[in-house]
Amino acid sequence: MKPVLLLTDLFVFALLAAGVLYIRHVRRTPQLLANWRLALQRPAGGVSAVILGLFLLVALTDSLHYRRAGPSDPSTGTRTWSVETRSALDLVLAPIAVSQERSYSRPLAWLGFRKETFERDGRVVRDFPRLKFGGAHLSDPPSQWAGDMARRASAGIAGAALAWMLAALSIVALLARRASERLGATIARIVRGRTRYPLRAMLLTACVLMLAIGAAASLSTGYHVLGTDRVGASVLVAAVKSIRTAIVIGTLTTLVVLPLAVALGVTAGYFRGWIDEAIQYLYTLLASIPDVLLIAAAVLLLQVKIDSNPALFETALERADARLFFLCLILGITSFTGLCRLVRGETMKLRELEYIQAAHAFGVRSARILARHILPNVAPIVLISTVMQFSGFVLAEAVLSYVGVGVDPQTASFGVMINTARLELAATPVIWWTLATAFVFMFLIVLSANVFADAVRDAFDPRSRLRSEP
Amino acid sequence: MLGFLVRRIAYGLLILAGINLVTFVLFFKVNSPDDMARLQLGGKRVTPEAIEKWKAERGYDRPAFVNDGARGVATLTDTVFFDSSARMFAFDFGRADSGRDIAAEVARRAGPSLALALPVFIVGLGLSISLALGLAFFRGTYLDFWGVMVLVAMMSISALFFIVAGQYVMARVLQLVPISGFEGGADTWRFLLLPVAISVVARLGPEARFYRTLFLEEIGKDYVRTARSKGLSEPRVLFGHVLRNALIPILSNSVAFIPLLFMGSLITESFFSIPGLGNYLIEAIGAQDFAIVRAMVFIGSVLYIIGLILTDISYSWADPRIRLQ
Repeated sequence: MKPVLLLTDLFVFALLAAGVLYIRHVRRTPQLLANWRLALQRPAGGVSAVILGLFLLVALTDSLHYRRAGPSDPSTGTRTWSVETRSALDLVLAPIAVSQERSYSRPLAWLGFRKETFERDGRVVRDFPRLKFGGAHLSDPPSQWAGDMARRASAGIAGAALAWMLAALSIVALLARRASERLGATIARIVRGRTRYPLRAMLLTACVLMLAIGAAASLSTGYHVLGTDRVGASVLVAAVKSIRTAIVIGTLTTLVVLPLAVALGVTAGYFRGWIDEAIQYLYTLLASIPDVLLIAAAVLLLQVKIDSNPALFETALERADARLFFLCLILGITSFTGLCRLVRGETMKLRELEYIQAAHAFGVRSARILARHILPNVAPIVLISTVMQFSGFVLAEAVLSYVGVGVDPQTASFGVMINTARLELAATPVIWWTLATAFVFMFLIVLSANVFADAVRDAFDPRSRLRSEP
Repeated sequence: MLGFLVRRIAYGLLILAGINLVTFVLFFKVNSPDDMARLQLGGKRVTPEAIEKWKAERGYDRPAFVNDGARGVATLTDTVFFDSSARMFAFDFGRADSGRDIAAEVARRAGPSLALALPVFIVGLGLSISLALGLAFFRGTYLDFWGVMVLVAMMSISALFFIVAGQYVMARVLQLVPISGFEGGADTWRFLLLPVAISVVARLGPEARFYRTLFLEEIGKDYVRTARSKGLSEPRVLFGHVLRNALIPILSNSVAFIPLLFMGSLITESFFSIPGLGNYLIEAIGAQDFAIVRAMVFIGSVLYIIGLILTDISYSWADPRIRLQ
């Protein structure tokens, strides 16, 4: 086995490291800490953080890539590596992924979706065929199916409930030790909602999520929980694999936007003069080109480059990954202009303030003024707009993939799923599960991101805090 | 005012020149005409002669920026850059790979695009503002709370879902309107009803919520307190004072989008097979026709810049304190 670091993996882990550093920074800065506490103290903020955390975890697991060892060449003794790059998440999903059907099948079905002609008991019949995997263990499905479903589902739920209780208990125990009170008292406090953070709501959310995952995992041992697609692959696997794409687009694009917008915005607003003119020209120019067009043009060009240099990439996944990375890059370049304008305006306001004028008068160097006075003060608006943009990027991916300039068609993504679902809806009878799955997953990600963003904005923007609390 | 306009238009031309340079570098330098020819003619088994012929047909065989072979002004004018950029300012976009004149095609398709985008813009704006005003009127109540919740939920649904689901339910299950297509004349409204309704619903979430915050911000201002202390009723305060003042930024911002309405909407047009500009672009992207994409970038930028100038004018018109200089 050899670990593989894809381009996007590299940046995902870099972002993770940056996130850890940021948390350390927050813990040392009382004002920031207070704001973040305020954001998480609201039930909406806490709950959405739990859901987002789960999605992030999935995305991170899916970013640990490796290639399995192939047969070694006996003459030279060199190892060859499998052309297929897999991730840690693939390992978890492998049992479902290998049990492929021949074509479409409904969620939890034991029969195929379309009638086929096949031989049964020596006669050629035209009927719905039994699935290769879904419900294959049942000898008489119509009578056994409901019982089997209930058994598997309840086993999964029971297991998940047990796991949740263990996790919840250890959290409670930790809290009780910290507050040096009895375990019972801590539990009572949580149940009554008398904790600093909305632990009751957060634990309940975790419970619901874990039960759903438990039931789905247990049912997956005998069925395709969310059905299969045209080639018989599990829709559940496709959806779970799409999470990473969505999260990568949402976060990596931010990584492009942030330095560009902050550096250019602060420079323009602070130094003014011809620098300001040049930067304004640059972002007006970029804003003038309709986003989709610039993205379309750039992605088309990239595709030409990739197609004409096939030797650049070792595996198909690396090629698809390069396209995903490039998409983040170009999406970031088209969307940094708004934040840049915001930062510039804020900097212009700040530099006229008396304490910065005073710093000037004392002969403090510009670099120091920028670092000590300007940057910390533009940080809140940068943070707010960053968090607000995340869900927009996730939604944009779906549209771009539909237009044909999004991710590589082989990358699992919600845009690709919706795109295929569109044709499936025209079939009779309707194939609804791909669309429904993509809808539910995307809705969960985007909604929790939106709610979380609102909580952060309310905590960091004093104006909106005043507005929502009278 | 006139001086302002002239200056803004000159700046706009400067921006357009920049955009032309950027797209030129993207399409002719990053990606050489040889690549394009190979892509268009298909595959790797393309003879160099065929590529040369393809380039010569389009005039791409000349130097990019400076033609040393020519004399006088022609050193700069007889180049790919001058030819493909300067002609754009006269709205001459050349021919698409299919041989059709791009400018004529754009003119033909602007109509259907506008027929879809204009009703969406007007109805959407009106509906969002009324909804936001209603929520602001009931601020702090359960109605407001749940209203905002619904708007946030609607914000979180991809526009693609609204289109796919709406098309499925209204046109296929209930068979109220045609699934897709377009026809000029008296029957146009039957084809437009569904796409317009879906587009309005899809943008209701973010817009109404944004306008609600604008209204709430306005309600917190001092003149509103004065109005209340004079004894005006709450509806009078809201509709007579708050609405009128909050409309200034809302309408001025919306003005920026009016020119862009010509561009149509990418996905709605493509889902409902409306032969507008959005659809044109998707087809061009699918066929990898760079001439069309470049032309559309140029047109889109021109419209955006017109929108910016209109915004400035409408601001000064709505608020006399703002001077244009």
